[in-house]
Amino acid sequence: MTALSKSWERAVVPLFILAAWEVFSRSGFLPAALLPAPSVVLHTWGDWIFGFDETSQANTGRWFADALSSAMRVAAGYGIAVISGVLLGIAIGWWRWVERTVEPTIQMLRPVPPVSWIPLAIIWFGIANKPAIFLVFLGAFFPILMNTIHGVKTADRNLIRAASMMGATEQQLLRHVVFPAALPSIFAGLRIGIGAAWMLTVTAEMVAVKSGLGYVLWDSYYFLRYDLVLAAMASIGLLGYATDALIKVLMSAALHWQHGSTLQSREG
Amino acid sequence: MASIDLRNITKIYRDAKRKRDLLAIDNVSLSVEKNEFLCLLGSSGCGKSTLLNMIAGFEKPTEGTVTVGGTPVDGPGADRGMVFQQANLMPWLPVWENVAFHLRLKGWRKADRRDAAQEYIDMVGLRGFENHFPAELSGGMSQRVGIARALLLNPQVILMDEPFAALDAQTKMDMQEELVAIWQKQRCTVVFVTHSVDEALVLGTRVAVMTSRPGRIRELIALDLPRPRDTTGPRFNDHKRHILNLIREEGMQQRQAAVA
Ligand SMILES: Nc1ncnc2c1ncn2[C@@H]1O[C@H](COP(=O)(O)OP(=O)(O)OP(=O)(O)O)[C@@H](O)[C@H]1O
Ligand SMILES: [Mg+2]
Repeated sequence: MTALSKSWERAVVPLFILAAWEVFSRSGFLPAALLPAPSVVLHTWGDWIFGFDETSQANTGRWFADALSSAMRVAAGYGIAVISGVLLGIAIGWWRWVERTVEPTIQMLRPVPPVSWIPLAIIWFGIANKPAIFLVFLGAFFPILMNTIHGVKTADRNLIRAASMMGATEQQLLRHVVFPAALPSIFAGLRIGIGAAWMLTVTAEMVAVKSGLGYVLWDSYYFLRYDLVLAAMASIGLLGYATDALIKVLMSAALHWQHGSTLQSREG
Repeated sequence: MASIDLRNITKIYRDAKRKRDLLAIDNVSLSVEKNEFLCLLGSSGCGKSTLLNMIAGFEKPTEGTVTVGGTPVDGPGADRGMVFQQANLMPWLPVWENVAFHLRLKGWRKADRRDAAQEYIDMVGLRGFENHFPAELSGGMSQRVGIARALLLNPQVILMDEPFAALDAQTKMDMQEELVAIWQKQRCTVVFVTHSVDEALVLGTRVAVMTSRPGRIRELIALDLPRPRDTTGPRFNDHKRHILNLIREEGMQQRQAAVA
């Protein structure tokens, strides 16, 4: 009963907005093409996915292929960012000499917005997957790196003492103490990183790639198909939400030991 | 041969920011025999932890040498089990994994680690809590996990830094009894830091009373009292009176030094 009324509570505002939008679009106040009604967007979206009546023209039935090519770019760039960001972050956080030699360069590169790399990315990698993967990597790398460094530096020194009292070598300290201690912070970085990854895939696809959800979005804009634009926006939002939810599941599995010791765990 | 040998130990903490050095330990020499239970007694800030950390290998003496079992100490190692003032358990590992952490480092298989941990978990009376996480334990229980973890190393030497300071009187008494029983069974050497005269007299075979900063050994007192210790007996109280007098004198000198 309470669960049901809770989900009802959550749905009230979105349902109201959708209904108002539907009514507004059909009222003829604006040309229907400029702000397609939700029902129209849903119809187009359906055709894009299942291809029943070609309302989405050349895109009909191609949604899974588009979503997959975007998702693969995210996965590739994000995967590289996770591995390099965590490893380099641990090295910078742990060894002073690595910090001294690498940190200044990183601090110089970090404030440069990833999207401003687009021209160079196209020159270097051409128009295909590679520039998109490169941009995704740039966007996800820095939040993951910074959070990993923070996690390592704030690891409890006493735990390191306890482990070295039990005979841990430096490598064991990193693996069995520093890494798990930094994990909550690393996951915070992973969640910021995945948002950046989707943002940059879509941006790259609008400019430098000829496939994927971002490409469909930008292409439909040129052809004045705002229903497809909205369907593409919703698709990107949905996939972004799904990947974030996946990371949250991984996080609560990896950090289950925090249950009962943090504010967050108070929520049911 | 003594189990622990401190020879002419001096420790100076260099304070780079304030450009002032702090003499924490001033020329301390001390030998602890095998199977001894030595209590280091002294007021707050007199350098007890510093001394213990040098035996453990976390700190290096500025001058002098520390040897344990005949070999000079050069960094921490599993031959010296330490029980910290805060339990310092890995919060992401359940109780049994914390107790068997040393075996994890040695690459033992999970089932073997689990079996080995059980003996020590039983020893400190935590059966039934094997799969609890540190956040789910009380302070006294965490402290017992820390003790089990140090015992599993089966070390020649156990170092304890005020492990019971944060416990209530009843739990403290239970844990002291347990600790003495374990020490008698395991035949190891214990150095136990405390600032409680009663605790030192209940536990130790010898008490080293330290001076206030800089830390020196003021007096070494051998306790030939039978166990379990009778905390109301006349000999216990003679010792107590004597030590309290030492501490009082120490405090007075300290104050005069401050006035002068
Ligand atoms: N890492 C350090 N750097 C600088 N000074 C230190 C450091 N550790 C301890 N000291 C100083 O050395 C002195 C002795 O400290 P220590 O921790 O050994 O005292 P203690 O006897 O264990 O006190 P307590 O009973 O309060 O734990 C203190 O004056 C302290 O300020
Ligand atoms: Mg101390």
